[in-house]
Amino acid sequence: MIIDTTEIQAINSFSRLESLNEVYGIIWVFVPIFILVLGITIGILVIVWLEREISAGIQQRIGPEYAGPLGVLQALADGTKLLFKENLFPSRGDIRLFSIGPSIAVISTLLSYSVIPFGYHLVLTDLNIGVFLWIAISSIAPIGLLMSGYGSNNKYSFLGGLRAAAQSISYEIPLTLCVLSISLLSNSSSTVDIVEAQSKSGFWGWNLWRQPIGFIIFFISSLAECERLPFDLPEAEEELVAGYQTEYSGIKFGLFYIASYLNLLVSSLFVTVLYLGGWNISIPYIFVPELFEIKKIGGVFGTTIGIFITLVKTYLFLFIPITTRWTLPRLRMDQLLNLGWKFLLPISLGNLLLTTSFQLLSL
Amino acid sequence: MDQGNPMNVPATRKDLMIVNMGPHHPSMHGVLRLIVTLDGEDVIDCEPILGYLHRGMEKIAENRTIIQYLPYVTRWDYLATMFTEAITVNGPELLGNIQVPKRAGYIRIIMLELSRIASHLLWLGPFMADIGAQTPFFYIFRERELVYDLFEAATGMRMMHNFFRIGGVASDLPHGWIDKCLDFCDYFLTGVTEYQKLITRNPIFLERVEGVGIVGTEEAKNWGLSGPMLRASGVQWDLRKVDHYECYDEFDWEIQWQKEGDSLARYLVRIGEMMESIKIIQQALEGIPGGPYENLEIRRFDRERDSEWNDFEYRFISKKTSPTFELPKQELYVRVEAPKGELGIFLIGDQSGFPWRWKIRPPGFINLQILPELVKRMKLADIMTILGSIDIIMGEVDR
Repeated sequence: MIIDTTEIQAINSFSRLESLNEVYGIIWVFVPIFILVLGITIGILVIVWLEREISAGIQQRIGPEYAGPLGVLQALADGTKLLFKENLFPSRGDIRLFSIGPSIAVISTLLSYSVIPFGYHLVLTDLNIGVFLWIAISSIAPIGLLMSGYGSNNKYSFLGGLRAAAQSISYEIPLTLCVLSISLLSNSSSTVDIVEAQSKSGFWGWNLWRQPIGFIIFFISSLAECERLPFDLPEAEEELVAGYQTEYSGIKFGLFYIASYLNLLVSSLFVTVLYLGGWNISIPYIFVPELFEIKKIGGVFGTTIGIFITLVKTYLFLFIPITTRWTLPRLRMDQLLNLGWKFLLPISLGNLLLTTSFQLLSL
Repeated sequence: MDQGNPMNVPATRKDLMIVNMGPHHPSMHGVLRLIVTLDGEDVIDCEPILGYLHRGMEKIAENRTIIQYLPYVTRWDYLATMFTEAITVNGPELLGNIQVPKRAGYIRIIMLELSRIASHLLWLGPFMADIGAQTPFFYIFRERELVYDLFEAATGMRMMHNFFRIGGVASDLPHGWIDKCLDFCDYFLTGVTEYQKLITRNPIFLERVEGVGIVGTEEAKNWGLSGPMLRASGVQWDLRKVDHYECYDEFDWEIQWQKEGDSLARYLVRIGEMMESIKIIQQALEGIPGGPYENLEIRRFDRERDSEWNDFEYRFISKKTSPTFELPKQELYVRVEAPKGELGIFLIGDQSGFPWRWKIRPPGFINLQILPELVKRMKLADIMTILGSIDIIMGEVDR
């Protein structure tokens, strides 16, 4: 009898747990996504602060200093201000295209974050086609820009949107070819495998040394994809007329702003993953033997170190695009397209050829 | 468009897009309106529309004496203010055959050349900002602030000085100003080398600027251009050497000129002019003589005998005379080499304190005429480069 009641109790509790388990299972899917989005948002805030401080340093002035200590909450303050502004629609523009445009630009960039690894098992989805997912989905962003340019019923916005689309399309091909060379080197398109392939010889195992030309082309193409100076004709067309962001106000304008920095962050993270060794500490073997031990330690400490290393590499690399933006002048549209098609494309093809021949000779 | 033949090429290829770069635009060229006809990225035509800053300066001059008019003239070209003042007092000086003391002449030259440097600096900032490099804009203001400090110490105002008087300058230089100015010259030479390193050999800059907006030598003379636009097209014409005005002949300096006539040549001419100005300032500071800073004799009234205005109090102590100078019934054209070109005044005097006609020949207005010609086969992005290299300021274009 006692066994019967305990059995019955066990069966009852088991069924309750079962349904709770299902609920937990569903919630548990959303928790990593939520954590990643939170991390991205904080990362964006850091980038905005970093850009303003670096540009202030270059221009011999002080950056933000009133919003939060050292001005770190400035981006939040700007976002909150934009939330409170009036949401304008152009009078005869296409309302649906106008509203959806910025969202498409943001969504396509956010989706690419799912394949970035912060540790061996710290990636949202370890797809076999990891890196290729980023390239494919980020090609949707120019459609968003075209939609906003066209839906604004404004000649300048339309011109800006057209230029943005032309620019993005031209620079995707050298980007893809560089990524293809990396995949050849690592025998896989999965981001985790690419990082693993770079972990063998510490500092000298980085793809940066095996693909120097590819790195430079990737850097230039990603700057062009993010529409940052020296390639920011669609955006800071404001100097001449005004770009595709003219008719936007309030939080939709904030969405464009965020989309620009999201794009920059994901490009820098991909540079870290593809060329700079990802989450590996990459200190040469002769440095400190204890750290060599730590490299193999799993658990919480190891993964924290992994995330930390990735972020440090990304933000150190981010210094270069930000400095480039405030130093170099802008390229004219036809010079920009010339650079993409006539200069970068042949060189990246040559890089691919070189990589392939080295692989064939098994070097 | 064409319902009869659906297989034809659509007729939209023939429609040119007319874009209005209105008087409000974030580029810092003042209130100039350009109506640009575009075919895709190429510019077909460009029509400038002026008048948004017209303030009736020439009409106002007909009702003011020279001393009363001096605060107005700095508002023509508000970046190179000393030149406008210089030309306002040069006219009556020539009409009345008034001698300017040597020290006053040297002080004038120093102020004029400092103003030339300031004007070229503030040309460089927006020019680079239009091309896309936003950082030199901050660097030039750093140097321009130093010039402002020098001006404020000598004249009391940072920009709209009201410093020149008929027969000299309003007051002498304060004690220690010359040393400060020499320090500025030394510091500025390092600044100009910084610009050279940052800008002149930058390949992106050269691609944007080389071969853009070419003005031939004959074309420059026919359009009546002046200043750096003329000198960049191969004509060695500098009014400081041609007219021998003030004391420029006593200094050792060269005319800066280039041959190509594109925007890069104009850029190089202006940078070179800044370096030459520093040379002139250094020579003037080292050779400045003592003596009076203003020819106070002209304040005499000699029509009536024993006028109370000729008393000691009115001439030499605080009370300055008014009304002052009487313009004789003659006409005169006087010109000066402003940083933007040849600034001229055509002055018809009436036998009274007010001029009968005060015609201003602004360099920006005359130089701007060539803009539609230059942008005809260029891309949209080149309009701002060419406009920037012409170096206009709407205050004097519209007056």
